[in-house]
Amino acid sequence: MAKYLLLKHYRGAPEAVNCVPMDQWTPEEISAHIRYMEDFADRLRETGEYVDSQALAPEGLFVRYDGEGRPPVTDGPFAETKDLIAGWMVIDVDTRDRAIELAGELSAAPGAGGKPIHEWLELRPFYGVPPTITE
Amino acid sequence: MDEALVRVLTPQVLAVLVRRGADFAAAEDAVQDALVEALRVWPADPPRDPKGWLVTVAWRRFLDATRADVARRRREDLVDEEPGPVPDVDDTLRLYFLCAHPSLTPSSAVALTLRAVGGLTTRQIARAYLVPEATMAQRISRAKRTVSGVRFDRPADVATVLRVLYLVFNEGYSGDVDLAAEAIRLTRQLAAVVDHPEVAGLLALMLLHHARRDARTASDGSLVTLADQDRGRWDTVMIAEGVVILQAALARDRLGEFQAQAAVAALHADAPRAEETDWVQIVEWYDELVRLTDSPVVRLNRVVAVGEADGPRAGLAALADLDPALPRYPAVAAYLHERDGDGTKAARLYAEAAGRAPTLAERDHLTRQAARLNARSGPT
Repeated sequence: MAKYLLLKHYRGAPEAVNCVPMDQWTPEEISAHIRYMEDFADRLRETGEYVDSQALAPEGLFVRYDGEGRPPVTDGPFAETKDLIAGWMVIDVDTRDRAIELAGELSAAPGAGGKPIHEWLELRPFYGVPPTITE
Repeated sequence: MDEALVRVLTPQVLAVLVRRGADFAAAEDAVQDALVEALRVWPADPPRDPKGWLVTVAWRRFLDATRADVARRRREDLVDEEPGPVPDVDDTLRLYFLCAHPSLTPSSAVALTLRAVGGLTTRQIARAYLVPEATMAQRISRAKRTVSGVRFDRPADVATVLRVLYLVFNEGYSGDVDLAAEAIRLTRQLAAVVDHPEVAGLLALMLLHHARRDARTASDGSLVTLADQDRGRWDTVMIAEGVVILQAALARDRLGEFQAQAAVAALHADAPRAEETDWVQIVEWYDELVRLTDSPVVRLNRVVAVGEADGPRAGLAALADLDPALPRYPAVAAYLHERDGDGTKAARLYAEAAGRAPTLAERDHLTRQAARLNARSGPT
């Protein structure tokens, strides 16, 4: 059993195949997209592979310490070129292959014209708990 | 009600019902009902034989539920038979094999074993695995559905049960349940009901590893390698028990993977100082393990032992036969190159190994190794 993070990007990932921006979809297409992701999460709850998922607002900032007695420096809202995370899902699966299979399924969420977006999802394994057998 | 007693009795009562032919899920419902009833009745009227009481009540509940369930009418044949007495040990064993059924995924088998044989609550198991309780509940109920209707008319595979218990052991611990200790407890129970040298081998292996657990991490949570561990912190009583169990198993001359691994662990545990480790004998055990498993991971471990027994050059020569894509390959290569005097190459390999480490503790450890060598050989 290993946990994986599925990262959905607003920007920063390679371009999706069906790359029409969401604000140019029809409301029905948007509903279908959201329903697809909810159904996906529900299926994983049933298989016992679901851990967590959250959507993130786009208005993120970079924040940095700027020296004693000074307020932190902020940078943002991000310029177009920067990476931007739209949300994540955490799954707990038996194998890496299963994680890839599920990420592929999530990437097939419908977009413009009801066709799959084929968006790129970033798949990151969590570091495991320290295994007992290390010697 | 005595919680520890309930935890011991619940799996036993469940096992009796399953052996009598109750469907796993129905049996569990009946046992839960019986526990609720016990909670009500026992404080005022404690039974002389709590297990017998629970079995009687649970079996009655099961019969009621089955008779009421028209869709399950076919079971009427089964419930009309009066169950005869069967030795207790047989029941628990049956539960182990049911929970390790080959049709279950490893994670389902583990969850079901902890629930049914271990008597842990769904919440406890979920916490131990850091997943939501609802997720774990689904895993367990799917597992129950999968094994529902499975009958035991042929000898089950002990190896599968052992693999499940070893998975539990290696999962580490978090929350309020120590899974390593739980795995040891369950393996002890199994050893009491099944006569198989590999069960003893696994129990010995777990004890020998568990005995060193406190010494394996520093107070700041960082990893301490075997050579650097404070051997005064090893649990010598547990080591002694593991060694006795292992010797009895080896004497039966039916060597298996777990016995061989336990033998390696015993040789480490036996050395008063790291330099006194009997690496030559450890290499021989790894040769046995390679023969038994043909696992690339075992071959890599063997390389480390060869490096200690015959020197880093011999280790590097043995490493050359292995696939560099193996997990921990760069870590082993780094270690051998450092011992061979090539700090620069070792530092580069440690950094590469850190990038491929499977756990945070291991990554930090390997990064420190790289930093240590870079600080020594780099410009000042």
